[in-house]
Amino acid sequence: MIPGSFEYHRPESVDGAIALLNEHGDEARLLAGGHSLIPMMKLRMAVPSHIVDLQAIDSLHGISEDGGELVIGALTTQHEVLISDLLARKCPIIPEAAALIADPQVRYCGTIGGNVANGDPGNDMPAIMQALGARFRAVGPNGSRDIAARDYYEAAYFTELEENEVLTQIRIPTPAAGHGAAYEKQKRKIGDYATAAAAVILTVESGRCTSASIALTNVASTPLYAEAAAGALVGTDLGADAVDTAVRLAEEITEPTSDGRGPADFRTHVAGIMVRRAIARAQKNAG
Amino acid sequence: MSKMHVKMNVNGAEVEGLAEPRTLLIHFLREQLSLTGPHIGCETSHCGACTVDLNGKSVKSCTVFVAQSNGAEVTTIEGIANADGTLHALQEAFREHHGLQCGFCTPGMITRAYRLLQENPNPSEEEIRYGISGNLCRCTGYQNIVKAIRAAADELNATREAAQ
Ligand SMILES: Cc1cc2nc3c(=O)[nH]c(=O)nc-3n(C[C@H](O)[C@H](O)[C@H](O)COP(=O)(O)OP(=O)(O)OC[C@H]3O[C@@H](n4cnc5c(N)ncnc54)[C@H](O)[C@@H]3O)c2cc1C
Ligand code: FES
Ligand code: FES
Ligand code: FES
Ligand code: FES
Repeated sequence: MIPGSFEYHRPESVDGAIALLNEHGDEARLLAGGHSLIPMMKLRMAVPSHIVDLQAIDSLHGISEDGGELVIGALTTQHEVLISDLLARKCPIIPEAAALIADPQVRYCGTIGGNVANGDPGNDMPAIMQALGARFRAVGPNGSRDIAARDYYEAAYFTELEENEVLTQIRIPTPAAGHGAAYEKQKRKIGDYATAAAAVILTVESGRCTSASIALTNVASTPLYAEAAAGALVGTDLGADAVDTAVRLAEEITEPTSDGRGPADFRTHVAGIMVRRAIARAQKNAG
Repeated sequence: MSKMHVKMNVNGAEVEGLAEPRTLLIHFLREQLSLTGPHIGCETSHCGACTVDLNGKSVKSCTVFVAQSNGAEVTTIEGIANADGTLHALQEAFREHHGLQCGFCTPGMITRAYRLLQENPNPSEEEIRYGISGNLCRCTGYQNIVKAIRAAADELNATREAAQ
């Protein structure tokens, strides 16, 4: 379990990190909390010869509100997200999901930027960000651009981010006051990735669902934004028929693999249950 | 690959050494500093036996490069006892309440519980269980570990109150 050799860099600015990425091309990898990358390096599934550690870049830390958006710096740890008052008040689904990630030691190290940038379909934050309609700010040699979370994931470990770009911020349109949200994650034990998980965000006005979004974790090679399933809820009173339709439409887009967490059709079935539970809880949380 | 010069404060003392950047912190602590308190259980970030305190956070030192901890402050189980050499309340409570059997998980467990009690001096049983969920024990069934941590919390709170 010894990772390959590398040269270590600790730049103090985003520009410094980009310059190192430009210089070393695909030999270089960014390191945030290291809790996805180091395990992969131990298995030699990743063998970068240059490690660019982001820890000294202060501007990548912190959680704030900017106009109508919540802004989370990429290096903010899952622990910091979990204890954030601002997020607890304005967007509680993020701390709720953070509490379901791994264990305290992992959450002190693992960052939200690393979680969304990684591209592992088992990561929980990508589906949350898709459900929230978040955008990821990417900064590269030619300046900065925003990539929608819903367009970011191409395949397992393949994302829209270029090799010489740093993901600096996650920008989330502040959810409407009174929205209801829930993340339901089925896992075998604490510290496990999801067998299947679902994020649901709803607004409800006098009993009618006025907007909905749903996204799924670990039931395909990327997180899944379940647009049709959410569409089946809008305009309804969230009665049994509407929920059954949403569950079916969500199940239909899943393409899980069979692995230690269960055969593919079981995982699709679990995804449906997670959607059903998350809708019920989001509805209860609304208002 | 060339070695780098690393410096850190470990258990209150400044230490220096030469190490390849890829060296895992647990290997540096055990093999170069002879601090064999933190154990290697799984080496795959799951068991928590290697837990140390790094800049005020509990971390699994098998999942940290020594290069990342260059300049950091580290506390291992060797640094937990009181300054006068008597056992820390947690160590005392683990002994009193049978918080260990084989003892393999104990250094990580106590180091983690140490940080947990700094953040939450009065945890419920549920909060203790959630707070130590990154530390596996194959022997005790956790019951007595939870009891020991709760007892240490009471002891530390009583001492704090008496001092005020
Ligand atoms: C035992 C264990 C259990 C876990 N369970 C879960 C779980 O249930 N759910 C879950 O979601 N995660 C889980 N994780 C993963 C954990 O949340 C990771 O911390 C997270 O996936 C990656 O964050 P990091 O900061 O550690 O990133 P790193 O490991 O440092 O980086 C991961 C990848 O992202 C890239 N990267 C990092 N930051 C940036 C950036 N700012 N810009 C561009 N690229 C970047 C890196 O180059 C690397 O390719 C678990 C990990 C462990 C060890
Ligand atoms: S040895 Fe580090 S977590 Fe098991
Ligand atoms: S006492 Fe044996 S592993 Fe915990
Ligand atoms: S103790 Fe491991 S199988 Fe019995
Ligand atoms: S292993 Fe100890 S009683 Fe079963």
